[in-house]
Amino acid sequence: MMTQLSRFYASSIGKKAVVAVTGAGLLAFVFAHMTGNLLIYLGPDAINAYGRFLHELGHGTAIWFARLGLLAMFGLHIVATVQLTRQNRAARPRGYALDGCQRTTSAARFMIVSGLTVLAFVIYHLMHFTLGVGNDYRTAEEYFTMLDGERVHNIHQMVVDGFSVWPVSVFYILAMFLLCWHLMHGFSSVFQTLGAQTHGTRRIVRYAGYGFAAVILIGNTSIPLAVLFGLVS
Amino acid sequence: MSETLNLILKVWRQQGPADVGRFEEIDAKGIPVDASFLEMLDIINERLIENGADPVAFDHDCREGICGTCSLVINGMPHGPKQTTTCQLHMRSFRDGDVIWIEPFRANAFPVIKDLTVDRTAFDRIIAAGGYVSVRTGAAPDANSMPVPKEQADDAFDAATCIGCGACVAACPNASAMLFAAAKIGHLDSLPQGKPETRRRVLAMVRTMDAEGFGNCTNHYECEAACPKEISADWITRMNRLHNKAATIEAVR
Ligand code: HEM
Ligand code: FES
Repeated sequence: MMTQLSRFYASSIGKKAVVAVTGAGLLAFVFAHMTGNLLIYLGPDAINAYGRFLHELGHGTAIWFARLGLLAMFGLHIVATVQLTRQNRAARPRGYALDGCQRTTSAARFMIVSGLTVLAFVIYHLMHFTLGVGNDYRTAEEYFTMLDGERVHNIHQMVVDGFSVWPVSVFYILAMFLLCWHLMHGFSSVFQTLGAQTHGTRRIVRYAGYGFAAVILIGNTSIPLAVLFGLVS
Repeated sequence: MSETLNLILKVWRQQGPADVGRFEEIDAKGIPVDASFLEMLDIINERLIENGADPVAFDHDCREGICGTCSLVINGMPHGPKQTTTCQLHMRSFRDGDVIWIEPFRANAFPVIKDLTVDRTAFDRIIAAGGYVSVRTGAAPDANSMPVPKEQADDAFDAATCIGCGACVAACPNASAMLFAAAKIGHLDSLPQGKPETRRRVLAMVRTMDAEGFGNCTNHYECEAACPKEISADWITRMNRLHNKAATIEAVR
């Protein structure tokens, strides 16, 4: 069983399947994360209660399972894509004098660039909002608030303070463009790689991917923009 | 006298596998528009030979678009700007004064032999790994003793039109041979004669393909755009599905 698993991973299609399955998991996470973020528009209590819900789910164990699962998916995705990219470059040591590509997209060609930018962004984002590094615009105590008589993290305040610094917002917005560029190719790739599309559905899957990327882009970038323009405060 | 073209060719010259290679500029004057691309190279070579120079080595055989021997990347496109084989490409596809870049198919798995000729025996080894059906010897079976539904026969024929030229590898930004392997696997998987061996075949052919040093498909779809036989990347979708199923069954049984 172990030998077969490593043989599967050693094959081109096996590695691609790992990229696709982890990529699909990350797609689901990105969507869920965005819907959670949008609670900011319902006022401080909604998003703070959502934060408390996530932290208390399963007596605080659920969030750790989720974090470990995400870390594993992210790690596998990155290791497999970096290996694939290196193999692909080695397979064509010298390129052509003229670029005769007819069908591919820039999104498909720069997957490793957009992906690694997303990696840099994720590290920054975790330090910024999960660990709170450099996000001390107030005393630690002021990032707690009362909700239904309970002391909870004031996520709303943290987000508003964080995005009020315009260079931070600009970086977030740029990162979302890169992520969505990645998804423009990534979403439909999952279906092709896993053999889950047909001649008749290939186009639909491609445009569904563009739609998905647009939803994520609009949903997520709206938040720093709303803070910068004072619509959320 | 038919219309002629004056062209400038930038041709890849490489003495042998060990040579680094370089582009050489060749003046191609008075090329008839009715000449095929290979006939244009014949004319160039006759002139080179007359001048005592080394002719440009290039592959060709049937010159009627069915054998898959001709190759060349012309202005960055395998078999040139038309979706056909180089032998079926004609000089009327070019304009007077054009600069034409002519290179070999470039892939680690297709080492250059000389100039524009490359060694494509990696494809033969992929076929040898599983691109066949095992049958008992003996008298030929009666015609129609094994019924094949029309749709499956059509599918199999679509895939079987692959002439194994290698344009898919040349076109793929990753030099992947997935379209070739997928066409061969899909062709036999579509037929009742080939189906029983699909699992063994797909694993063996994919493993050989990987071992030959081809790249991995990242879904650019350049292969199907370049394929002179218009083989669809839908075959790759199907091969991915067949491979993952076969690998799973191999792992759990
Ligand atoms: C950490 C940084 C990341 C890197 C380095 C990375 C890299 C890559 C690369 C190189 C591919 C190429 C495969 C191809 O061209 O088909 C890919 C595919 C993909 N990525 Fe990422 N990625 C990263 C993060 C993400 C994230 C956060 C998501 C999710 C939202 C994601 C979703 C996908 C999807 C869905 C695919 C397509 C899978 C397939 O090819 O079938 N990636 N990734
Ligand atoms: S020479 Fe046979 S296909 Fe071109």
